[in-house]
Amino acid sequence: MSKLKLIIQREFIARVKNKSFIIMTFLSPLLMIGMGVLIAFLTKKNESKIKEIAYVDSSELFSKKDFKDTKTIKYVDYTKLGLDETKKKVEEGKHFGVLYLPKIDSLEVLAESVEFFSKETPGLSLMTNLEGTVNRKLRNLKMKELGMDEQKIKASKISSDISFLNFSGEKTSKLVNRLKTLTGMVAGILLMMFVMLHGTSVMRSIIEEKTSRIVEIIVSSVKPFQLMMGKIIGNGSAGILQLLMWGVLLFVFSIIASSVFGVDTGAMQNSNISAEQLEVAKSIGVSKVQLMISEIYKLPLLKLLLLFIFYFIGGFMLYSSLFAAIGAAVDNEADSQQFMTPVMMPLMLGLYVGMFTVVNDAHGPIAVFFSHFPLTSPIVMLMRIPFGVAWWEILISMLLLVLTFVLIIWFAAKIYRVGILMYGKKPTYKDLWKWIRYSS
Amino acid sequence: MDNLLEINNVIKRYGDYTALNDVSVHIPKGSVFGLLGPNGAGKTSLIRIINQITMPDSGEIILDGEKLSPHHIEQIGYLPEERGLYKTMKVGEQALYLAQLKGMSRSDAKKKLKYWFEKFDIGDWWNKKLEELSKGMAQKVQFIVTVLHQPKLLIFDEPFSGFDPINAQLIAKEILQLRDEGSTIIFSTHRMESVEEMCDYIALIHKSNKILDGKLNDIKKQYRTNVFEVGLQTENSREVKEQLSQNFEVSPANFKSLHDGLKLNVKLKNSNSTRDLLSFLNSKGEVNHFVELVPSANDIFIQTINKTN
Repeated sequence: MSKLKLIIQREFIARVKNKSFIIMTFLSPLLMIGMGVLIAFLTKKNESKIKEIAYVDSSELFSKKDFKDTKTIKYVDYTKLGLDETKKKVEEGKHFGVLYLPKIDSLEVLAESVEFFSKETPGLSLMTNLEGTVNRKLRNLKMKELGMDEQKIKASKISSDISFLNFSGEKTSKLVNRLKTLTGMVAGILLMMFVMLHGTSVMRSIIEEKTSRIVEIIVSSVKPFQLMMGKIIGNGSAGILQLLMWGVLLFVFSIIASSVFGVDTGAMQNSNISAEQLEVAKSIGVSKVQLMISEIYKLPLLKLLLLFIFYFIGGFMLYSSLFAAIGAAVDNEADSQQFMTPVMMPLMLGLYVGMFTVVNDAHGPIAVFFSHFPLTSPIVMLMRIPFGVAWWEILISMLLLVLTFVLIIWFAAKIYRVGILMYGKKPTYKDLWKWIRYSS
Repeated sequence: MDNLLEINNVIKRYGDYTALNDVSVHIPKGSVFGLLGPNGAGKTSLIRIINQITMPDSGEIILDGEKLSPHHIEQIGYLPEERGLYKTMKVGEQALYLAQLKGMSRSDAKKKLKYWFEKFDIGDWWNKKLEELSKGMAQKVQFIVTVLHQPKLLIFDEPFSGFDPINAQLIAKEILQLRDEGSTIIFSTHRMESVEEMCDYIALIHKSNKILDGKLNDIKKQYRTNVFEVGLQTENSREVKEQLSQNFEVSPANFKSLHDGLKLNVKLKNSNSTRDLLSFLNSKGEVNHFVELVPSANDIFIQTINKTN
């Protein structure tokens, strides 16, 4: 068996047998599902509690149908009781709060003078609902005052649905766009997490070899470069195994959870989107939904997957060789901090650019630059690809990544080779530069 | 003499620092070769070059007639000074791993490990994790791993550090036996008492330069001072002492002896021989102590280094 294979095998087994690795593998999906169930449970609980809002309409401008009940809010008319009495009722805890509309003729002044009293501070959604209710009515009244009739106002409501097309005829809808963003984001975050978890485990494994002083025995049998590569590949494969396990376990646990707790976790996760989705679906009709599904299928899924694999592996190798160099340079984990920060920064930057720039302007200069810059390209390019990137751009970015990888692994190997046999001294950047210049 | 390893004019620099300055050492086949020198002299640099962990800037190294190259790794066993094993790995497993890295097949390594584990009476450690063993126990495992693949050349860097006297004795015995079976051994240390006991040849490295090398006995002869420790049972010691100093250089001596009486260090002059001294002493009383003060490796070490400083 080749030595590299032996090292990979040992590193893989050592990592997989590690207790914290095993715990992480099983506990993480369990925690995720557990959180999901908890959130679903609490949401349900929350929804079942209806807040009763009393209103005292001294302005006499509102009618009962202006106060529309929702799932969580129920309006009760207390105009006859008067404000002071109603307030008492609220204080006794019979109602959540009281909305007071004073008697003022000017609509503008009235709009500024509406008050709401409650024992507890109302939540954001309640505030929005109350303000919306009052606004809507007052706006309609104002329009009437300005001479528009109700029919015309209703007729003036238009909802636009622009078809966004590019020149190859691909249609972009808001939903598909959101889906693209999501795909890119998940890929980027996944890579970032993976690098942070398993890149640092490469580093830790090297520090462990240094502190246990076995490293000199090993490098008298194999080349330091082989040892470094073996560690990166071994730890990386353990990471991929963990990722796959998470996928399988998440699936299994969510099935168990939904059958035991009766919670539809799948629907719960999408609850924010699904309301909007439904609205969109309603407004554009069933045929358009079908069209959209077919559009999703038209997304270059295979291309996405292949490029994801490439950037994922490329990004991991690049960063973990940097982590390997750090591990070789220092004696213990505490010392690694000063070198970790500059390595983590481009990673953070990549995610930041991806989340805020690519989403708004996938082909703008910033997104283009950072999707070629090798330290951020694995994340940023993965986020850009769903929006359609020319093949030559991808090719340049991939080439740059590979070239940088070769360069960095060459530097890292130099630092590694010298560093693993240096004990007791916390190196400075100057030392590292000196090590790189040493001949072998 | 047939050399297993020839190091010729090796230079190694780290930046501005020269770790080895034109060092040449020849190591005869089947010998125990002591590589001596103070801390930081360049011993470890030289050993790392022999192990191909680092490469020399210039110079050549010949192992058994061939220029040193990566495939020789399997013919060298190395026990570094900074040594350890994987803490959380089982003893047997990591011994197997390290043996395979030296090019042994798994089954061959297993068979030989069984032999050594039985020899050192540590068979029941196989499934223990290293962190459960004491330091001395771990060192035994390390020794086994170093010699397991039956290398032509064995390099021990401070092999006795961390061993208690009993285990050190055991290891010393094993090292000598390996030499008798045909292995060549490089033995790096700054502890001189073990040098006397083990080494056939030595080289002394100081401040990146080799300042002395050769057969230990020859070097000792070179450093001979012709001083003898003498113990003499006599009635009139003052008179004897005076007579002695006419022909020899005499100084008072202090050594442990069962007898009282005259204790002296006597240095021969060019004109006289050991026989002259002995016959004179015999004529004056009963000689109960007569030892040539041979310089110890330690003396040579200190003397040579002081000379170069």
